[in-house]
Parts: sequence; C-alpha cells; structure tokens
Amino acid sequence: MSAYFENRAIVVPGDILYEGRIRAGNNTYKMGGKVYATHVGLVEYGRGVVSVIALEAGYMPMVGDIVIGYIVDIDVGQWIVDINAPMNAILKVPDAMEVPFTPELVMTDFLDIGDTIVAKVVDLDRRRTPILSILGGELGRVDEGLVVEMTPSKVPRLIGKKGSMVSMILKETGCKLVIGENGRILIQCADREDEELIINIIRKIEREAHTTGLTNRVHDFIMRMRGVKNE
Amino acid sequence: MSRLSIIPKLKRRKILDAIASGKRMDGRGLEEYREISVRRGVVEKAEGSAEARIGDTWVVAGVKIEIGEPFEDTPDEGILVCSADFAPVASPTFEPGPPDEASIELARVVDRGIRSSDAIGLKDLCLIPGRKVYVVYIDLCILNHAGNLLDAASLAAVAALMGAKKPIYEVKDGEVYPTGEVEPLRLRRLPIAVSMAKIGDVIVLDPTFDEEEVMDTRITVTVDEDGNVCAVQKSGSQGLSVEEIWKAIEIAVNKAPMLREKLEAAL
Amino acid sequence: MSKEKWRRVDGRAWNELRPIRIESGVLPNADGSAYIEMGRNKIIVAVYGPREMHPKHLAKPDMAVLRCRYHMSPFSTHPRRSPGPSRRDTEIGMVMRYALEPAIFLERFPRASIDVYAEVLQADGGTRCASITAAAVALVDAGIPMRDLVAACAAGKIEGHIILDLNDHEDKYGEADVPVAYMPRLNKVTLLQMDGVLNPDELRRCIELAIEGCQHIYELQREALKRKYEEVVEEVREGE
Repeated sequence: MSAYFENRAIVVPGDILYEGRIRAGNNTYKMGGKVYATHVGLVEYGRGVVSVIALEAGYMPMVGDIVIGYIVDIDVGQWIVDINAPMNAILKVPDAMEVPFTPELVMTDFLDIGDTIVAKVVDLDRRRTPILSILGGELGRVDEGLVVEMTPSKVPRLIGKKGSMVSMILKETGCKLVIGENGRILIQCADREDEELIINIIRKIEREAHTTGLTNRVHDFIMRMRGVKNE
Repeated sequence: MSRLSIIPKLKRRKILDAIASGKRMDGRGLEEYREISVRRGVVEKAEGSAEARIGDTWVVAGVKIEIGEPFEDTPDEGILVCSADFAPVASPTFEPGPPDEASIELARVVDRGIRSSDAIGLKDLCLIPGRKVYVVYIDLCILNHAGNLLDAASLAAVAALMGAKKPIYEVKDGEVYPTGEVEPLRLRRLPIAVSMAKIGDVIVLDPTFDEEEVMDTRITVTVDEDGNVCAVQKSGSQGLSVEEIWKAIEIAVNKAPMLREKLEAAL
Repeated sequence: MSKEKWRRVDGRAWNELRPIRIESGVLPNADGSAYIEMGRNKIIVAVYGPREMHPKHLAKPDMAVLRCRYHMSPFSTHPRRSPGPSRRDTEIGMVMRYALEPAIFLERFPRASIDVYAEVLQADGGTRCASITAAAVALVDAGIPMRDLVAACAAGKIEGHIILDLNDHEDKYGEADVPVAYMPRLNKVTLLQMDGVLNPDELRRCIELAIEGCQHIYELQREALKRKYEEVVEEVREGE
C-alpha cells in the first residue's frame, strides 16, 4: 500500500499514483492493482480515493451542466449546437420554445446559425449526443456581451471554493458573468475597460490554476489594474 | 481545403463596434501591426530559411537552390518557384490535401512581389544559356493561422532569401560541376507586403483571423525600398472605392519601412 | 576496435542519443501540440480533437478514429522534395497510428476523430520516431486521456557495430535500422519495424537498446509536459 507521489505533485499519464486498495478517482484508471494517471495534472490523495486534477482536459458533457453554445446548423425540428465537446449537441424545438414542432414553424425566426445561447445539458442520448434545453430563467439566446474561452478543466478555479473567486471578481468589477462548464465564459460589462480586466483575470487564472494563493493574487491584480486606471 | 468557420454573431458585432470606436478587440489602433519577429537560419540544412511571426501567426520559409533547365522563352534567366502549404497543423479550418485557391493565391502574391522588384536578379542565375540555370525554390509552411498570412509569409520569404547561400558551380566544356563551395545569393531589393482589410467603411491594417472572417474585402500592397509599388492584390468579393485604394497605398508606403527594419534586424 | 572506443561520424558513442529538446504547447490554434529537435531533426506536431468526424460515414460507432498524417516540407531534405504526399509518408502515418493507438482511451469518444498532424521542417534520420515522441506529448497537451506516454527511438547496425539513434548517414549506409515505439510504464512495444539484415541475436540487442533509448526519451517527455507549470510556480514564488 503506497502513494508514489507527494500530494499535489504534477503527474503525467502512465504515472503510477498508488499501489494497493484504493478507489480510482477522476482522471485515473486502475489496472493490475495499480492506479495510473490519465491526464497531466496534480495528484490528490483523498480518503480512500486517489484522483488527478487535470491541467489539460477536454470538455465531457454531463447532465446538468450549464454550457454556452453556438448554433452551427439547422435540421428539421432541431438546431445543431457547438458546445466545445467531442460531439455537437442538439436543441429540439420543444426544448427551446415550449411548443411542439410543426412544419409551418420558421426556425430561423427564433434561433439562427451564428446565434449564441446559454443552455443546460438535459440528457445524453443513446449515441452520447448531448441534448440541450433553453427553457428556464437564465437560459436562452444571448444578445449582448463577449464570450471568452478557457481550458474546461480549469473552470472550477474561476469559480473558486464555494464560489469565492467568482464572487470576488463580480464584486470588484460590477460585471455579469455566466460560466459555462464547457470552458466558455460570457462576460457582460458596462464598459470596455471592465471587459478587458475580466479577460486578463481569466488568462491569469488559466495560467496559474495549479498554484496556491491564487484568489489573493487575483485580488491584488485587480487592485493594481484599478490603481493604474485611476492614475 | 477548409472546414467552415462560423463566427458567432455576438463576436461579429463586438469586432465591428470595436473598430467603429477606433480601438480593435486586441487593443490595437486601426493602423497598427501586432508584434512582429523575424528569425533567420531556422532550418540550417536548407540553402536559406527564416520564420516570421505577426502576433500568433507563424510562417516558416525554406529556400532550396538547385540546377535545372531554363524556360524556352527566357533561356538566360534563372527560375523562381514559390509555393505555399496551408498545413493542417495551423488551423482547424485547414484540411490535408492539395493546395486550394487561397494557398495558391498567397504563393503567387509573394512570388509577384519578389519577381516584379527583381529582388533576386534572375539574369544573374544563368550558368549555360539555354541549358543550365539556377532554380530558386521558396517554400512557405504555415504553422499557425491567426490572420494576415500574407505579410508573415512575405517577411519569411524575403528574410530566407537574405541569408541564402547558393552552391557554386564551375562551367567547363559545356557542362556544370559542383565545387562544394557556396556564396551568398545577394538580394537586390527587399519587397515588403502590407495587407489591409476593409471592414464596413474602415480600412484596418494587419487583420486578425476573426477580423478576416467579418471583412468585406482585403487588399495587399507590396512596396520596395524606393517607395515604389511592385505588386497589388485585391482579394475578396466586395468592392473598394478609389479613395479606399489610395488610402491603402498610403498606409502601405508608410508602414513598409518599419517592416523592412524588422527584416534587417533579423538574426 | 572495442565498442567503448569506437566513435561514429558525428562523434557519438555506440549507445549515445543525439541531443533532444522537446517543448509542449507551441501552437495556439491546435488543441494540443509539441515541438521536437532530435539531432538535426526539427518536427512540429499538432493534435485536433476529439472532434466530430468528417466524413461521417467513416466514423466508428463505439470509439474515436485516430488519424495520423506525416508530411515533410519541401525544404526539409536535400535535395528538395516535392510538396505532395509520397507512399513513404502514407506508411509512416499508418505506423504512427499503430504506435499511438494502444495508449489512447479511444473508446471514450464514439464517432469522433482525433487527428495528429506531423510536419517535418528538417530531416536527418529517425523522423518517424521523433514524430511519435512529439505526438505523444501533443496528445497529452490536448487533454486526451492516455494510458501511458509513447516514446520512440531506433537502433541499428553500422560497420558491424550495434548503435542507438541512427542519423541520416547511418540510416543510408548502415546494415540495419530498427525503429521501436514503447509505452514505458506499461512496458509494451507499440511499433516495431526492421530494415536491413540482422541475425536474431543482433535484432534482440537492437530492440533492447532501443527500449533503453525510449526510457531516456520518456524522461524528457515528462519534463517537457511539467516544465510549463513548474515555470509558473517559480514565477509566482519569485513574485511573493
């Protein structure tokens, strides 16, 4: 029974993390009594489980995820949506408009190719295609703002423990943020400077996601940028 | 060959708003280049080579100099062959396959700037008139496409020629023999390509990938050291007014010296 | 001459690798990328995916399709080579796929494609091995789940001596060339080819030697992947 690395060490795929009885957590796999990493990231030894916080990972849609998508195609009774996943997602008319599909419906009147939406993943069909819905308060077409992309596995750092990072950012900038699990962030700010500040914050978090003390450093960063602006 | 790239409407609007306000999405002014860097000798086995970066756009140019037969109508001139590979590494919109019209256009515009300015001096590359001449191949490899491939390709091509060394051949009894020695190619002119995009009523310099997706049309003006224009290419399906063309030429003539400095400073 | 004293055309000992440099994440557009210098080889590899497979009718219902493309720039060799793909390029693309497939969790991405593009900017012998080595790093950089890394290296024979990591001259004029790709933690060979003539004992020694080379290269791959994060940790520490 042994851990092969220090907690939070950087590991790469194939690294043996643990030998013996333990549960194989996120971004690991078990074979022949050993647990291996599947991604480059930070190994975390928890109680009865070993996992890897991936520093590079693609987005794998899960039911319940909020995502930001782009309409890329229109089919009969459904829109095809790019959500930065291995497969494009599907948004069916009843999940967008609370009406059943009829041939007279002009779909482009409601959503057209190039539109941006905030949606929820409500199902994964038999072929693992994500099924979306935009029914519900904060969901629907986006007409204002800017979408920034970041590595999906680093989104939790933008949110922070119990939302500490994102609340701090919102408080200091007065912008509105919609954070998509798929690594897309919708930024809506009153002015351009706040927009640029948030973009820089996201880039900084992405770069330093694997370090400690990030929330404080981001706070200091905002203060410094603000100070420059006021001079 | 390319995969369709769809710019979301939201992004399109942001780009247009930014340009209308005089400050683009990346913070640049309308007539400002992104950061440019040029480095020579990146492929040391080739006769000449260079890489050029404009922002995130990255192009490598290789020069190979070999011996061949001249064309029938120019028996005492060397041959220049310029080709471009839009390698699939460079963009999700590039697919493997034979060159499409965009990559052929790019190669031909880079070629035109070098040929029209007689930068290489093709008449100096004849060994035996009608039988043996030097053939200068310029091959462009796009490694990352972030917009304005043409200016980066042109910088890389000229920088590669600047440092190129041609193998010395001895002419004896109607045949050519390699001596194993080399000498510099000796570039006579440094043509500089400057590309602009028309977006709405505004001409912007050095468009990014996104700006190219929303632009109405593009114009490239290639300028030599004397401020003479040696190549022009308007590319795209919308029209340009005569005033816009004058403006583009003026911008190109003003910006070319700065780019030339980058070339000359290249290590 | 004893093999300890014997030196090759470039001054290396029989079991010495050429200098290697690997960098991950060099292309902003690609999902993952890596650059490798191995001796005078210079190769850049980009990974796109997993993404929707086009054309759709070639997609597999239960796993992703791995597609590898190997291409040499016209200026990468002497003399210049034609820009179009050659039969050798097609074969190398295929063996790259065989070398990398066992390491990737393809079954997690049904109907998708994972595209690996290797662009050789300068070639000097052993480009298929260098491409595989860089491709493995690029796949990890792309965040694609892997069972292990894959490192690749060739061994062979020249002037009667068994050697490691053949350069272009040794490739052309030697008696044999044995490229090997290897998953270091799982201890499995995923690529094995041979060109030339060797007796079985010599072949065995070449394979063992190549695997040793792969193990060393694997350490460089690990370093390359960790480096960009370790550099940031250093910067943060200095800032404090």
